[in-house]
Amino acid sequence: MSIELKAGSPPASVPFYNDPKVRSIVYQVALCLIVAGLVYGAASNAVENLQRARIASGFGFWDNIAGFDISQTLISYSNTSTYGRAFWVGLLNTLLVAGLGIIFATILGFIVGIARLSKNWLVNKAATAYVEIIRNLPLLLQLLFWYNAVLKALPDLRESVKIPGGIFLNNRGLFLPAPVTQAGFGFVEIVFFLGIVGSIVFHIWARKRQEKTGQQAPVFLTSLGLIIGLPLIVYLIAGMPLSFNFPQAGRFNIAGGLEVVPEFAALLFGLSIYTAAFIAEVVRAGILAVSHGQTEAAYSLGMKPGPTLRLIVVPQAMRVIIPPLTSQYLNLTKNSSLAVAIGYPDLVQVFTGTVLNQTGQAVEVVAITMAVYLTISLTTSFLMNIYNSRMKLVER
Amino acid sequence: MTMSEGDLAVAQINFVRKTTLEPQPPPASMTGAVGWLRENLFSTPFNIALTILIALFLAWIIPDMLRFLVFDAVWSGVDREACLITAQRPVVGACWPFAFERLPYFIYGSYPISERWRVDVFFVILAVAIVWLLWLNAPRRDLGVVYSFIVTPIASYILLSGWPLIGLPKIDTVLWGGVLVTIVVSAVGIVFSLPIGILLALGRQSKMPAIKLFSVMFIEFVRGVPLVTVLFMASVMLPLFVPENISPDKLLRALIGIAMFASAYMAEVVRAGLAAIPKGQYEGAQAVGLGYWQMMRLIVLPQALKITIPNIVNTYIGLFKDTTLVFIVGIFDLLRTIEVSRIDPKWAAPSTSPTGYVVAAIFYLICCYGMSRYAQATEKRLRKADRR
Repeated sequence: MSIELKAGSPPASVPFYNDPKVRSIVYQVALCLIVAGLVYGAASNAVENLQRARIASGFGFWDNIAGFDISQTLISYSNTSTYGRAFWVGLLNTLLVAGLGIIFATILGFIVGIARLSKNWLVNKAATAYVEIIRNLPLLLQLLFWYNAVLKALPDLRESVKIPGGIFLNNRGLFLPAPVTQAGFGFVEIVFFLGIVGSIVFHIWARKRQEKTGQQAPVFLTSLGLIIGLPLIVYLIAGMPLSFNFPQAGRFNIAGGLEVVPEFAALLFGLSIYTAAFIAEVVRAGILAVSHGQTEAAYSLGMKPGPTLRLIVVPQAMRVIIPPLTSQYLNLTKNSSLAVAIGYPDLVQVFTGTVLNQTGQAVEVVAITMAVYLTISLTTSFLMNIYNSRMKLVER
Repeated sequence: MTMSEGDLAVAQINFVRKTTLEPQPPPASMTGAVGWLRENLFSTPFNIALTILIALFLAWIIPDMLRFLVFDAVWSGVDREACLITAQRPVVGACWPFAFERLPYFIYGSYPISERWRVDVFFVILAVAIVWLLWLNAPRRDLGVVYSFIVTPIASYILLSGWPLIGLPKIDTVLWGGVLVTIVVSAVGIVFSLPIGILLALGRQSKMPAIKLFSVMFIEFVRGVPLVTVLFMASVMLPLFVPENISPDKLLRALIGIAMFASAYMAEVVRAGLAAIPKGQYEGAQAVGLGYWQMMRLIVLPQALKITIPNIVNTYIGLFKDTTLVFIVGIFDLLRTIEVSRIDPKWAAPSTSPTGYVVAAIFYLICCYGMSRYAQATEKRLRKADRR
């Protein structure tokens, strides 16, 4: 401690190559040069290779006629549509399977996660076996299994499995009754949305009143009445303006109804079952993370088990559950790209598969596909960061 | 509550036992098998309902599975005739002769039969490396690290792809397949992802803006897209980015894709470990005059990696399962050899496909379950150090 330091000037004994500032600049400049060199080299090679292969570059292909069919489309599409249209079809199919998969996986995952904490030995062991087996098998194997070994092995059209309620199941897919709305159903929809708005308003009002007066209002029952009861009444008054178009089994085909192609069914089934196993673990960890003292304290205040769970345990568990749950949702969305292996026309199958093969424009097509997934991921993680910073435990 | 005079009098009149009762065994319904059943299966009406429901489900599914896999299964035969549904045998279970006949293909792919001993030697070298690394009481584990991370990769490369100078003919990677490819792809991912992941994690924590930016961009980009698209990028875009004369081999492209993908995930796992190290550890290391790399190598990384081991193994399990995706860019991993075999007309029978998938499931289940058990054991062992 006896060394004298002149303020402001570094010790003269340090050679310039050991000066952290100089070194950090050298490192960074070197890295930038290397990256720039790689990018330049790759780009010039790509230009040369593309010219030699006579592959056009740029996004001009977007408006060209695609000329191929897609087995499942949510928006109008024919083989005279453009590549751009095919992109939207694929993207919507991806979002459809991901959205439904998230709903099913969440429901199944919460059930299994809670079952793993059950004191019932059989329930507990069955849930554990489910999680261990599903988590340790590759998703692709599971998808191929559902598609090739289960759905494709179903009996053919003539021997369709008939499920009560007018549902047919055969190797061409699942045939469900399709809902058909008639005049007047619009009122039911309007009332339904009004009910949602109304219950949100009621919830806010009830919370304010509780904060002011301490009186609790029956929020759940009121919301139930507003969202389900009221539309039901309107539905009955309007003369039940909803019928079902039941699939009719003909000799060679099934007419009418809602057809679910086996590719979609297999992908949805596989993704939901696989992701549910991971969600189950997230839920279990979240509930276990709430210390037992919290429950005991609630009981000692005289709270009943129901409100304890709803007001004490679940809110604290959700803080732990939601971030990993979101990343599971993201994984499910990204995993839906495995559709390419079983031929479900999702974004990757339509765009990176067929369009890439037809146009040969690898750089543009792969870049667009990646940009879509990147947008979904970065938006989600941005929203999660906001949520996390709002929900962060503030200690002291 | 205080007792009144009258109550006290009553209490004195009443008989009060003076001797202690012999302890009685609990009622028969609370002990043994019956007690266990009451406690664990039939405690409340809801639990009784659940138990019955699950028991019915198991009673429905387990006999069916056993029938398919064992009792109705076909055990011998030379082609599809053995596994077909006939009038004499209307129910046919798993087609095991198919699996037995195709087993070499599942393991080696199209690797030339006369050279398959090289793959066997590779498996042995790898097995020695794994045991040496994972068995805690193994002698000279420091040598084991050198053996596993330097000797094994070089020896494996020479063995598998060949070196004509020492009499090993070259084997094109197009011929590789099955378990061999699955293991090569996952081993490359495992070996490369850890060091690159550590560098990326350190880069992400770095105070140098350019290095931090590149690390963050790489990690977020790769983690934000599905592995399928990374593999597509590696397989269709990589050849465009290099001069025409050095078009990389198909397997190599997939390996680059997998290594990139695994590194980005590993970087986040390591970052979580680095973040868990108290700041005092960094400050302490700096206070004794250690430089950046010394601090990281001697103080921070050993602690960070120790607490991340379970997560590293979990990432490896995910990686091992994800290697099946190379299937999509046309590489013959185990799953693809099974796909090719199950549609082979020679074995076309109703139960061929499920049989093939059962074989794959058994392989992946053994490998992944083994890894996750090891991770749990490690976690338990390391937690011992933190117990007071």
